[in-house]
Amino acid sequence: MAHYDFNMPVSEADVRKLRVNDTVTLNATLYGIRDATLIHMFDRGRTTRFDLKGHAVIHTAPNVKWVGETVAHPSGYEPICIGTTTSARMERFTRPLMEQYGVRIVIGKGGLFAASQAAFKDLGGVYLAIIGGAAALETTWVEQIEDVDLDDLNPESLWKFRVKGFGPLLVAMDSHGGNLYTKVNDAARDKRASVLAALGVKS
Amino acid sequence: MKVDLKAVEEACKELYIRAVKILPPDIKEGFARLDKTETDATGKSVLGTMIRNIKVAEDTNNLLCQDTGIPIYNVVIGRGLEVDGHALKAAIAAGCARATKEHPLRSSVVHPVTRANEHTSCGRLVPVINIDFSDEPDTLSIEMIPKGSGSENNSWLKMAIPADGVDAVKTFVIDCVLDAGGKTCPPTIVGVGVGGTADLCVHLSKVAATRPLGSHCTDPEGAKLESELSAVVNKLGVGPQGLGGDSTSFAVHVETAATHITMNPVAVNMQCHSARRARATFTPAGLAYGF
Repeated sequence: MAHYDFNMPVSEADVRKLRVNDTVTLNATLYGIRDATLIHMFDRGRTTRFDLKGHAVIHTAPNVKWVGETVAHPSGYEPICIGTTTSARMERFTRPLMEQYGVRIVIGKGGLFAASQAAFKDLGGVYLAIIGGAAALETTWVEQIEDVDLDDLNPESLWKFRVKGFGPLLVAMDSHGGNLYTKVNDAARDKRASVLAALGVKS
Repeated sequence: MKVDLKAVEEACKELYIRAVKILPPDIKEGFARLDKTETDATGKSVLGTMIRNIKVAEDTNNLLCQDTGIPIYNVVIGRGLEVDGHALKAAIAAGCARATKEHPLRSSVVHPVTRANEHTSCGRLVPVINIDFSDEPDTLSIEMIPKGSGSENNSWLKMAIPADGVDAVKTFVIDCVLDAGGKTCPPTIVGVGVGGTADLCVHLSKVAATRPLGSHCTDPEGAKLESELSAVVNKLGVGPQGLGGDSTSFAVHVETAATHITMNPVAVNMQCHSARRARATFTPAGLAYGF
């Protein structure tokens, strides 16, 4: 178990170093993305002016306040509460995000599945687990909303955050086939029969 | 007592904001209890972050979780209240919309087909308003629950048959917990509805999932089931966030209703660890906020 501090963006070699149970803290840039953003980008042909190459995307839709564009708030938005949503719904977008935009890191909660695991292996990527529901804490790691694109989808816009000390986040799926969720799920399913027996359920 | 609808609107605004910021004491105690008994290093670390988050939210007067949820208002009307029911519902929705605009809060509510967001946390039939009656004299109680989608997206109904018996209920609950894994933001409150019609059964599972920790089903058979299920659910090892550990759930709660001779329905709805709720109680003595 090693810890890494990443100044975003990163290279393929940087993420290939990571193994399940390592931890990572991000600095500089992080992009916020989720259901509607991805549906519009990959099902409805929309594109973004942002260069996501080598970057991390987090499954989020923040609480923000419109304050107008200032030096402190160049996007016009003040962050109020930024947290993380369940990743499972975004499974089919991992590969196109990596292939078409060069994304290297996906951050979310609850994990992704086999198609994402294969994309991480083929293309060099990782899934970092953040603690869902710990949004007040997560917000303290975000310095600013630097920019926003596809904002007609607000709050599911494509957000560009400036982050400092964003983590530590747990490497839960790596580019070598390592997957903490399947390990835990398989072990839990192995206990199903004994738990049902303890409840007196007749098999 | 005549209900002041302007005061109701104001309280329903305040309730939404309070609910997303202040975790009820029974949930905090639930965290302390799990933290004491967690044996897995990852589980312990994840719980520690969640507990730290509660403190950060309080210290920074911020939202516990970014998911402002689907707003639910549970209204209980006591005896002798004088209220225009239609206007009461309008006042609740107005308070909900004002919290969203004035705080502001993220509006997480969209039309199911067009996906259009009115940015008010309101829409067709939302906020969800449940109305019930009690024998409390001169009391209007309004409970607000922002129900997050991580847990709500994991909801299940099984129309089991009488021949499957209570074993079907127990097996279904365990399988739902396994199916949910980390997607429901565990540790959860597992809400189980047993009996009723299909829709009542699902509603009961939501009532169970959002009940305070330490409360029990008033049906002794339901109470027995929740105690049996609570005793074993944390042996599965799903753990906080599905990353492994003992703390899969704070508790399993059960609610029951009579059902048809041919039916044996069971529903599961979960509440995430950000088990938020807030309550406003109007009496002749005034308005009191609590949980």
